[in-house]
Amino acid sequence: MNALTRPARLVEAIGRGVLDTVRAAGRLALFALAGLSHLLRPPFYWRNFVSAFGEFAFFSLPVVALTAVFSGMVIALQSFTGFSRFNAQSAVADIVVLSVVRELGPVLAGLMVAGRVGAAMAAEIGTMRVTDQIDALGTLSTNPMKYLVTPRLLAGALALPLLVVVADILGVLGGFVVSVVKLGFAPEAYVMNTLAFVQPMDVIVGLAKAAVFGFLIALMGCYNGYNSKGGAEGVGGSTTASVVAASILILCFDYVLTEMFFSR
Amino acid sequence: MSAALPKIRIRGLCKSFGEKRVLDGIDLDVEAGTSTVVIGGSGSGKSVLLRCILGLIQPDAGTIEIDGVDVLRQPRREQERQREKIGMLFQNAALFDSLLVWENVAFGLLARSGRGGPRIRRSDARERAGEVLAQVGLDPSVGDLAPSELSGGMQKRVGLARAIAARPEILFFDEPTTGLDPIMGAVIDGLIVECVRGLGSTAIAITHDMPSARRIGDRAAMLYRGQLVWQGPAASLLDSGNAMVDQFTHGRREGPIGMELRR
Repeated sequence: MNALTRPARLVEAIGRGVLDTVRAAGRLALFALAGLSHLLRPPFYWRNFVSAFGEFAFFSLPVVALTAVFSGMVIALQSFTGFSRFNAQSAVADIVVLSVVRELGPVLAGLMVAGRVGAAMAAEIGTMRVTDQIDALGTLSTNPMKYLVTPRLLAGALALPLLVVVADILGVLGGFVVSVVKLGFAPEAYVMNTLAFVQPMDVIVGLAKAAVFGFLIALMGCYNGYNSKGGAEGVGGSTTASVVAASILILCFDYVLTEMFFSR
Repeated sequence: MSAALPKIRIRGLCKSFGEKRVLDGIDLDVEAGTSTVVIGGSGSGKSVLLRCILGLIQPDAGTIEIDGVDVLRQPRREQERQREKIGMLFQNAALFDSLLVWENVAFGLLARSGRGGPRIRRSDARERAGEVLAQVGLDPSVGDLAPSELSGGMQKRVGLARAIAARPEILFFDEPTTGLDPIMGAVIDGLIVECVRGLGSTAIAITHDMPSARRIGDRAAMLYRGQLVWQGPAASLLDSGNAMVDQFTHGRREGPIGMELRR
């Protein structure tokens, strides 16, 4: 009897897990659609948008800049070590610019911002939820989705590409400094190589990725915060969940977008 | 005919969360210009009742009429319009941390500006917020502080100012004196009575603070296990003749109300 019921229980558990996942994905999709639908219906809360935009673009600049510079420097070092085995050191500039613009710029900026802004967003909205502030909005003729979520989703999608432009420039600069100062590359040749190799499409797709990542960070921060329950512990849990979920989604969508635009 | 119409009429209101039936066929009339206090133990469904009327929780069954209009059967926009008549003081004041005190107080005015309400500039809203703060006994300069800089009593006053700023026809108070010392509790109750009378509003307050219930209410009702087990004048709360109400209002351990243990 037990031997028969055990596999059945396992199937039941797997089935329940799948259903829960599908249900959660559906709830998230509906939440995103509700947030976006308010873009088309006035009023739009510009103050909240500007504040969220500042959090994304301006206050995240130092951490993203540092990450980009050091990533560019490390890629230069590592690719030089690898390519020198095949006498292909001249490809260092190409590798640096390609990896920074296509991948590391958007992905690292996204991960950093998910940890900084996504977490703060979830904590702020989560605290508003458990202290009745979101209910209070509803009693003051204000739709909480329109007030809290829509401006943040738009700010995330618009601000991260700007941040990634800076990250791209600084990442390439980091690679340039290491290549010229430490590895002995000629500055003019390095710059010429970089400019010759990078295509407008590389930059455009990198920025498109950044827009998607920014939207996902804001979405996960808002969704987890909005659905917080159970006081301080619940807010802590939703903050963690927002960072973890945003980071995983960034990496998944990075693959999907790369596959869409760059696979041949 | 219309004179007999209650401002708020609730019939057969039910709400369950999973297996737990929190509201079980509530019938309640609140006459215009009166204050009704709903008392009951923790978890008896008082807050759920208010939240159903406010539209924050969707009830499973029943009707909620405001001025004779069943808000639950109205289109969403009409429901929102009906509920704009309501101002609410939350238990912990629920002030918006990210805004200054005056912005909290003027929030509803600015939100309705040009959308059903009169168009109002921020400078005028600031001025109106100062007036309302004065009405609840606070200096208008408090408007420039952040909510985190205020004491619990001051936060409650600001919450009250926010609730009355748009001169609502209906006011709800959720545990208005919880967490306050008895003197501050009496001050808040006094302000509530003044504001309700001054505006001519209809009020519902939920509380388990008996002195507060008697100060605020004209009428009282007791909620127990999702049902209103007694309704009568607030003045008779301490000698209602109902065994449950008497046990509750006198805080007796023995009586028909058993301590519910979670199984």
